[in-house]
Amino acid sequence: MAEKMELRDIEVWDGNMAASQAMRQVQIDVVAAYPITPSTPIVENYGSFLANGYVDGEFVMVESEHAAMSGCVGASAAGGRVATATSSQGFALMVEVLYQASGMRLPIVLNVVNRALAAPLNVNGDHSDMYLGRDSGWIQFDAYNPQEAYDLNFIAFKVAEDHDVRLPAMVHQDGFMTSHTAQGVHTLDDDTAYNFVGEFQPMNDMLDLDNPVTHGVQTEEDWHFEHKARQHNDLMTKVFPKIEAAFDAFEKLTGRRYNLVETYNVEDADAVVVCMGTSVETAVEVSKELRAEGKKVGVVGIRVFRPWPFEAIRDALKDVKAIGALDRSSPNGTVGALFNELAGTLINGDTKNVLSNYVYGLGGRDLTKAHLREIFGELLANAEAGALTTPTQQFVGLRGPKLSFL
Amino acid sequence: MENNGWNDFEIGAMLRSFEKPVSGVATILQEDRPYSPNNSFTASVADWRIEKPIFNKDYCIDCQFCWIYCPDISIISRDKKMVGVDYDHCKGCGICVEVCPTNPKSLLMFEERADEEAMLAAWPEKETKEK
Repeated sequence: MAEKMELRDIEVWDGNMAASQAMRQVQIDVVAAYPITPSTPIVENYGSFLANGYVDGEFVMVESEHAAMSGCVGASAAGGRVATATSSQGFALMVEVLYQASGMRLPIVLNVVNRALAAPLNVNGDHSDMYLGRDSGWIQFDAYNPQEAYDLNFIAFKVAEDHDVRLPAMVHQDGFMTSHTAQGVHTLDDDTAYNFVGEFQPMNDMLDLDNPVTHGVQTEEDWHFEHKARQHNDLMTKVFPKIEAAFDAFEKLTGRRYNLVETYNVEDADAVVVCMGTSVETAVEVSKELRAEGKKVGVVGIRVFRPWPFEAIRDALKDVKAIGALDRSSPNGTVGALFNELAGTLINGDTKNVLSNYVYGLGGRDLTKAHLREIFGELLANAEAGALTTPTQQFVGLRGPKLSFL
Repeated sequence: MENNGWNDFEIGAMLRSFEKPVSGVATILQEDRPYSPNNSFTASVADWRIEKPIFNKDYCIDCQFCWIYCPDISIISRDKKMVGVDYDHCKGCGICVEVCPTNPKSLLMFEERADEEAMLAAWPEKETKEK
């Protein structure tokens, strides 16, 4: 039996420690991991908890992230609670197996500490790796601070393992900005945390010897399409109600409220930025300052990136005149992913919003309050004009001549 | 099954071996197990084969080498007595012939359309080895 850990009501934890404490509290059966900056401390802390008797489980050391996720797939198909963590290049190496995990409907939880993708090599936070996972069939939660990294892990296990869902889930946090920034984190005691997620309920597990199953089968043109359609259907229709139910239950337990889409000062706003990660908190602070100056600006933070909360976003933005999509990843040849998603969400709506795209913060470059003031200023001008007053896509915080397109 | 829609199957890239729960399956003969239509035991892959092994029981010593080495569980043996070849699943790899220790061999490869009785009638003689 695992030892219990006494926690203070508020612990000073960075995002990594918050994630590893949540992983300890849900008592994972198998963690197969290959550490990589900046997510290294998640598995390091977890390994230490396990070695010191706080976890009844297995830690599998592997030779790569591809092997880490493969180990997770095997352990999950065998019928255990499974999780791991990674970042950046390691995430990229996992990608092939991410599709296996979701197609096999294995409820693995992956903590992704977001980091830029090389080249040039860079260990700091941007959203390139998160965007790389967006078509992989996983549920993607985004935390903006260590508290949320802690809380969303419980939500992720609860939703992913639900037998109506059975899809893997990622919990994202920004590399260094969240993962290495210590803040006060409200904790749950071990029993309360474990009971919120509950005992793992296996489904079609390989260790059920009286009902042998083959996992990871091959299907060609005769069946592949039906399987993929079923997975997409379940992502589109079954996941949101379960996430919302989990958010409700979590609020009842802790008083902390999460939503598919987080909105700040959006009612009556003329201009809104839509962003993810730590930028949401900076943007909210700037929006408060601008509100005090009488400017009607707000912020939308994407809490659930996949499945994309189409209706919640359309509802949140329906009366907003100008919207700035802030993408922390190089789109490499098109508009940013958030711009694209928002355009697809809003185009058939009743109101015409002016939508523009800002690429910012690559490789951990700071998004300052001054940048956000400038962006809000341009969006308010768009709102006033009822049309774009800037190029569609602009780069923010970049040295050299102003870079913009379209 | 062919007409099942996307909403008609169990989730996951997963197939069940049996149509109902089975306990102690290792002690149940293959022909008595409730294999599901998804299991390859219920499908013939005989047309993958271009050469087939023919079994001649006159020379067999029931050593079970062929049964042990067959990679496709296609040597049928009951109570440690050699019965024959499962031609629905044999791929014609020839390993059983390779490992057969008798002289002449009790299993030999022939082209797929060869007539079994004719081949048995024309089975090679014992080879005399030079001392």
